[in-house]
Amino acid sequence: MSHSVLDARYLLCPMPVIRTQDRITELTPGDTLEVHATDPGALHDIPAWCRVHGHVVISSSLKDGEVTITLRVEAT
Amino acid sequence: MLAARLILEQGIHVEGINFYTGFCVEGHTHAIRNHERAKPKRNNALWTAEQLGIKLHIIDVIEEYKDVVINPKHGYGANLNPCLDCKGFMVRKAREWMEKNGFDFIITGEVLGQRPMSQRRDTMPVVARESGAYDRLLRPLCAKLLPPTLPELEGWVDRGKLLDFNGRNRKPQIRLAAQFGFKDYAQPAGGCCFLTNEQYSHKLADLWTTRGTKQYELDDIMLLKVGRHLRPRAHFKLIVGRDEGENNFLNGYRKRFVHLWPVSHPGPLVLLDGDAREEDIELAARLTARFSKGRDAHSVRVEISGRDGDSRTVDVAPMPADAIPSEWYL
Repeated sequence: MSHSVLDARYLLCPMPVIRTQDRITELTPGDTLEVHATDPGALHDIPAWCRVHGHVVISSSLKDGEVTITLRVEAT
Repeated sequence: MLAARLILEQGIHVEGINFYTGFCVEGHTHAIRNHERAKPKRNNALWTAEQLGIKLHIIDVIEEYKDVVINPKHGYGANLNPCLDCKGFMVRKAREWMEKNGFDFIITGEVLGQRPMSQRRDTMPVVARESGAYDRLLRPLCAKLLPPTLPELEGWVDRGKLLDFNGRNRKPQIRLAAQFGFKDYAQPAGGCCFLTNEQYSHKLADLWTTRGTKQYELDDIMLLKVGRHLRPRAHFKLIVGRDEGENNFLNGYRKRFVHLWPVSHPGPLVLLDGDAREEDIELAARLTARFSKGRDAHSVRVEISGRDGDSRTVDVAPMPADAIPSEWYL
């Protein structure tokens, strides 16, 4: 199991979702991914994308204009 | 949403595909503006997928889509909307995805006669042919009005349970949505593409004309969505933030442009796009002052920063509203 970080800052939605989706194709179940974004929409969209694909959001926050979401990849 | 639900009702596995062209009208783009922030910041495609309980794949087609916008084989609609080429392109991308991922056919929510360009009896077969999807393209909402497709002929889908919607009236769709228990959905015919917007298309046409080439980058088309655009001279234009949200957005681009900011009064961040001469800078400063809270003041101090980071201030008289020719506004 690995932990990786995705920098999706300064991208407008849906690009942070697309980058997350593309990165997850390189990961395996159990891996975790920490996504950083500045578009506040990412706070809603990345968890929504995870829900429809069956991945698990471990934590999410918005601090000083930066969204941080940590998710766990599941077998889907 | 309705087409997917109709097919799901037949026990068929459905997954959604949403293409991101850069011209999409989405809640987040709108939410740049202050007064739009109270609205829900949801991605409608993702929200719809959640309601349906299906997976959604969002695909970045920004680069490939440029050729559709720049060289549409079937031409543009009322504005710079290449609807027929766009539909053919998206169904082709869907077909490629279908083949790569082992799916059998494509469904769309198209309705015969609903759109003037891409959903006519004579153009719907064009989409099927040019996309390469042919008879693997099924339009469940109006399938009974069209020749049977492969999924129907093979019995994968029961044609008897498909529909015969026709025309621009959305009442049948609204009734079907109610029947399915959908209380909330994207507004019908609300427009999901900036290229159908007259003002946006005018700004894009101006960009192509003044650059002398029909090309664009993603940042170009994003900036066309934001601010008040004025072209006082052929060789430069100004992008004026209309509120704090737009100023924040434009602030992310400021280092790439000469930019102006009133410092003696609250006001907009203004990006200068082009190559301005000294007399142009003064004009830009006067316009910046015009859109500041100091518009009625005798003098407004404006900071001007270059792409190299150097900055200086000038004191200028705000340009009177009636001195701004209407044709400067894009």
